[in-house]
Amino acid sequence: MSHVAAPPPAPSRTAADARIGVVTFPGTLDDRDAARAVRLAGGTPVALWHADADLHDVDAVVLPGGFSYGDYLRAGAISRFAPVMEKVVDAADGGMPVLGICNGFQILAEAHLLPGAMIKNDHRTFVCREQVLAVENVDTAWTHEFRTGETITIPLKNQDGQFVADEHTLDELEGEGRVVFRYVGWNPNGSRRDIAGITNAKGNVVGLMPHPEHAVEVGFGPDGPNGPRTGTDGLRFFSSALNALLHR
Amino acid sequence: MGRVVVEVMPKPEILDPQGKAVASALPRLGFTGFTGVRQGRRFELTVDGPITDEVLATVREAAITLLSNPVIEDVVRVTEEPDEAEGAGA
Repeated sequence: MSHVAAPPPAPSRTAADARIGVVTFPGTLDDRDAARAVRLAGGTPVALWHADADLHDVDAVVLPGGFSYGDYLRAGAISRFAPVMEKVVDAADGGMPVLGICNGFQILAEAHLLPGAMIKNDHRTFVCREQVLAVENVDTAWTHEFRTGETITIPLKNQDGQFVADEHTLDELEGEGRVVFRYVGWNPNGSRRDIAGITNAKGNVVGLMPHPEHAVEVGFGPDGPNGPRTGTDGLRFFSSALNALLHR
Repeated sequence: MGRVVVEVMPKPEILDPQGKAVASALPRLGFTGFTGVRQGRRFELTVDGPITDEVLATVREAAITLLSNPVIEDVVRVTEEPDEAEGAGA
């Protein structure tokens, strides 16, 4: 007669148990910053490679910024067909939180996980600045720690950052509350209706051009209310996702 | 050897910052009288053997899948062209 031991009590999950994958494509620049942001928010970053055929049991995925495959064809056009992206698309369809930053946003658009596309900035020059954004949707996996209408400041740096979509798609995005971030003060790239970031219908996939992962630690981010380089508004993107994972 | 040329242009309703940059440079060089410039892309795909209907169908599929993004671009032409190397060697 076998003695069946009672299962041990389930340990309460902590943020550190949440594994957030950060994908590196050839030409990705900001993967280490994104991984660092995950760590500073209390999570466990997991490095994913573009040629990986599985997601190594991650709970969420960040597609970081850079110039994947040189952006030679179109920004994100070739990355979209990388082996790891097939798994990311499946996981996103299943509800996994996915954040695309800059080049990552372009990849999400090319992969049709988000509508629209990014073309060259209207002023045709590279832009790098501290950008003010209004947070318009706090019901996504990556934004629920913000307040509706709150303005945040995070760095923006891009060449192909002009968000475009047809009028019907833009109306739909606005009508369904899927515009997550809008540029405030100045539209830095000519994006339609000042849109800086959007989400899918479920709210688990978010893409934006500015860089939250560069505003996560005092001393290294944009200027903030407490003085030069004290801005850490980007940290709440990652803590939002970690909390969403803990409470699902 | 066969060659298929694919031409992709930004959709008419999409701003073309590259074309605008070229348009503003032309008059500075004395090339006046142009009311607009739009800049697109040309791809040349070569295959071993003749260009069959099957090859053209595959190229058309690749053109809308990878070579262009239908959100912002149109594939305006897919044409078979005589291979340059063949002509030169005759």
